[in-house]
Amino acid sequence: MPSEGAAGCGRWSEMLESLLALGGLVLLRDSVEWEGRSFLKALIRKAALSGEQVRILGCEVSEEEFREGFDSDVNSRLVYHDLFRDPLNWSKTGEAPPGGPLGALRAMCKRTDPGPVTIAIDSLSWLLLRQPCTTVCQVLHALSHRTPCPGHSPAVEQVRVLGLLHEELHGPGPVGALSSLAQTEVTLGGTAGLDSAHIVFRRPRQRPTHQTQWFSILPDFSLDLQEGPRLECQPHPDPYTSPVDPTTHLTFNLRLSKKEKEARDGLTLPFQFSSEKQQALLRPGQGQAASHIFYEPDAYDDLDQEDPDDDLDV
Amino acid sequence: MKGMHLPDIRMLLQGASPRSSEMFPELNNLLNTTPDKAEQGKLTLLCDARTDGSFLVHHFLSFYLKANCKVCFVALLQSFSHYNIVAQKLGVSLAAARERGQLVFLEGLKSSVDVFFQAQEDPHPLQFLREASAGNLQPLYEFVREALTPADNGEAAWRCPVLLVDDLSVLLSLGMGAVAVLDFVHYCRATVCCELKGNMVALVHDSGDAEDEENNTLLIGLSHQSHLILRTEGLATGFCKDVHGQLRILWRRPSQSTARRDRSLTFQYKIQDKNVSFFARGMSPAIL
Repeated sequence: MPSEGAAGCGRWSEMLESLLALGGLVLLRDSVEWEGRSFLKALIRKAALSGEQVRILGCEVSEEEFREGFDSDVNSRLVYHDLFRDPLNWSKTGEAPPGGPLGALRAMCKRTDPGPVTIAIDSLSWLLLRQPCTTVCQVLHALSHRTPCPGHSPAVEQVRVLGLLHEELHGPGPVGALSSLAQTEVTLGGTAGLDSAHIVFRRPRQRPTHQTQWFSILPDFSLDLQEGPRLECQPHPDPYTSPVDPTTHLTFNLRLSKKEKEARDGLTLPFQFSSEKQQALLRPGQGQAASHIFYEPDAYDDLDQEDPDDDLDV
Repeated sequence: MKGMHLPDIRMLLQGASPRSSEMFPELNNLLNTTPDKAEQGKLTLLCDARTDGSFLVHHFLSFYLKANCKVCFVALLQSFSHYNIVAQKLGVSLAAARERGQLVFLEGLKSSVDVFFQAQEDPHPLQFLREASAGNLQPLYEFVREALTPADNGEAAWRCPVLLVDDLSVLLSLGMGAVAVLDFVHYCRATVCCELKGNMVALVHDSGDAEDEENNTLLIGLSHQSHLILRTEGLATGFCKDVHGQLRILWRRPSQSTARRDRSLTFQYKIQDKNVSFFARGMSPAIL
């Protein structure tokens, strides 16, 4: 497992390799806030640069947009199955693949040439919204557990399926089902300008291992690994608003002048006891008139001089 | 008090080209409208929660008309005269734009009646209103495609096509499923944004109701398809005379040359008669 520490230039490569190494289904879970297509493209780039052919089932973006950013080396190894332009055959030109998107996926299963292959599905959410979850899961399972071609050793046959899933679109059922099918799961997130990937590896016969990696994706879809968000995170000074002092032009006074401070300190608070005040209260004589109580009974008062407790037999 | 008046939204969004080093224009660019800097091929999602975000629809309508774009407006919510009155305050005449062919206006309220009372050979754009079973929005898509595909006479009269929809949540309440609406947006995006290199702007309401699965599916599905999301929210503390709400701007799918920082900004706003003023949170001049 890559250790935390100073980011080395080869570390992003190791990280992506570890994601691709297990084979099977790599589930990329993204959200509206943290989109996952860039990470998917980073994985595709890595696979392509290792000499593999990558087949993409493209439902959500056009081929032109998907290929944008890849250099010609990578692009030459990508085969884009375009389900974006006319997935439902509304143009009636007959260009839509027979059997729809799942048919196209199943056709990828039947590939006969040898060598590792990577299949990228952009996106699994698109499929799940239009096809029953069970069907999608069956096709995915068949894809990632392809029977090897006769005459080729099983060790060489490695299929990797990279599936992009917009997890907020689906309930826990479909997400859980796909998660259980996946050998590797990457949940994208981030904070303060840095992206993060929380990775779960499910190696066979081992407990799942977790890892969190901070990164940023460069324009050519290589990754730049980061240390993680700085602990004393200074808020980005917003370059678009100049700092405004909210204490100017107030309708109340925030500061006192020296005279005002002195006057304030000279005040005696009514409930603050000084020794003089205490003495004055304890000895009410010396010219101070004793206090009187003036009481005027009104018509409803019953002035009874008897002691009400007299009849108590105590 | 010279408060922190950030530029009004036209300024905010025109300079918002991810290719430039600054995503927003400087304040002293406030005086300069530059519709020609607007990017093409983008889907902008307008979303409102606990407030009325329709001022953004009016803004984009007048913005693109002034930018000399051909606009197809699928107006399901209000009448033509309503939009016209507001547009006139923003300096644009919808009637004149319609006359000269710059604006194709589908007035949902009026033309829905035609679905029932007039015989049509071709399916009416709002044909789904007649269908008992869950239909699709293909006729509406065909209407949009025909309205925005440039005529073959070789004249490049308008800058780029723009589709504006007010609003998509109405389609849900008219019985369409969320996936059918997503398919419609998908096809419009494929044609208007990718093929014709135009732009698309659509409004969706966020009911805030976690149980409204269809609306949530539509909102999240659209968010994933969008390049830019403008989300207006009422203030959590309730109605305020001087701050009408909060606007959150989220850039998704930045083009490859952008840094992914500063992808999201939040401002508060106040709607005035002919303008909307924006300011940083807590910096409304009225409360300082």
